[in-house]
Amino acid sequence: MKIVLPLVAVIVLVVIAFAGVGIAGMQFLFGVLIPYAAIAVFILGFIYRVISWSRSPVPFSIPTTAGQMKSFPWIKQNKLDNPSSTLGVIGRMALEVLLFRSLFRNTKTELRDGPTITYGSEKFLWIAGLAFHWSFLIIFIRHFRFFMQDVPLVIRMIEGLDSFLQIGVPLLYLTDVVLLGAVTFLVFRRLSMPLIKYISLPADYFPLFLIMGIAITGILMRYFTKVYIVGVKELVIGLLSFQPVIPDGIGVIFYIHLFLVSTLLAYFPMSKLMHMGGVFLSPTRNMANNSRAVRHVNPWNYPVHVHTYAEYEEEFREKMKKAGLPVEKE
Amino acid sequence: MYNGGKIIAGLVVFLAIFLFPFYYNFGKANAKPEPKLNTPVIQQLAEKKCVESKDFMRQEHMQLLNDWRDSVVRDGNRIYVNAEGKKFTMSLQNTCLNCHSNKKEFCDSCHNYMAVKPYCFSCHIQPKEDKS
Repeated sequence: MKIVLPLVAVIVLVVIAFAGVGIAGMQFLFGVLIPYAAIAVFILGFIYRVISWSRSPVPFSIPTTAGQMKSFPWIKQNKLDNPSSTLGVIGRMALEVLLFRSLFRNTKTELRDGPTITYGSEKFLWIAGLAFHWSFLIIFIRHFRFFMQDVPLVIRMIEGLDSFLQIGVPLLYLTDVVLLGAVTFLVFRRLSMPLIKYISLPADYFPLFLIMGIAITGILMRYFTKVYIVGVKELVIGLLSFQPVIPDGIGVIFYIHLFLVSTLLAYFPMSKLMHMGGVFLSPTRNMANNSRAVRHVNPWNYPVHVHTYAEYEEEFREKMKKAGLPVEKE
Repeated sequence: MYNGGKIIAGLVVFLAIFLFPFYYNFGKANAKPEPKLNTPVIQQLAEKKCVESKDFMRQEHMQLLNDWRDSVVRDGNRIYVNAEGKKFTMSLQNTCLNCHSNKKEFCDSCHNYMAVKPYCFSCHIQPKEDKS
């Protein structure tokens, strides 16, 4: 049920777009109104989520300390795994965001005969995650050739590199293959490992199936059932310059692709996909481990009125002397 | 709000990246390409029709050209029979470019708009155009 429900949801989305455009002819709704609404939900929702996170105080200094902290000068500090300065934090964050270092440390636990527990390295999640995210980023950047009228050299170069094997016509993009392969692996990983399957929820499967749907419709559109691509760019530029047009003769498959992308954008702020912004706001990652040098004050500490011993003695000195108690100052 | 400065700065960067297509295209007219069909050969044709329908050519011409290449180079077959049963010689230079002799105003107009760079003319000879 946890798997079937999100799969059915994605199929229903495809059917809605197919029926809406292919049968009912609602090109304007699916080509203009829904994308605008989805982009608005994405941008405003993203800002709302980040602002609401920024309202949560961090009561303790809780960076993860995955290496030797800054100590005596003759002990070598691991500056990237246990940063003590802002620069170190930026370095660690960059490596985390760009190379997923914490996934690299992923381990698997196995119970063997004996019985003994063994821990081993498990790199497949890291490599598949890296392949998935990087190819998604390259595909997103590549799509800027539909977003800009004069396509800059950088984007043409990325596209050229992505298709440099020159397989077929139009040229096969390597990232298309890698993305679909990686996302398929990530689905099968959840299905094949009992422990992962047990903790997986519909919210874990839905984005995977949705992205798979986006990739499949995109690949179909490029290599199999072609669309009128000049019309597609005309529609997209119309959207972006706030002069929406619906050119005739674009295939239905484009509207299905666009509807799935709109769904992804609208779903983004209310889902686990917000890890895109959230990774930067994780206190375990964005704090320096300098608690011995800098005092971390809990922002929601109640303002306690402090009465120090010096003040106490000042107040009761005479009475203390009369009672024969020792005082620090005569 | 805690660490407001850093978080707002991060959000500004996020918006600058994601809204880039909007402010880049703001106020620009949609310069839709209009491939020209007014070559002398086309104007003399009794029936102005390509080897297949306009919709098919618009969407599948790259696939067609690729199939033609494979058929000619690998199988030695130069005869193409279209959906109506008419026969054509499979040749980019003698069939396609005979009518569409205006590569700059025909092929390039859409290819430049879409930033597509087909490698046809890294082997084939480009048509000599009067207007250059």
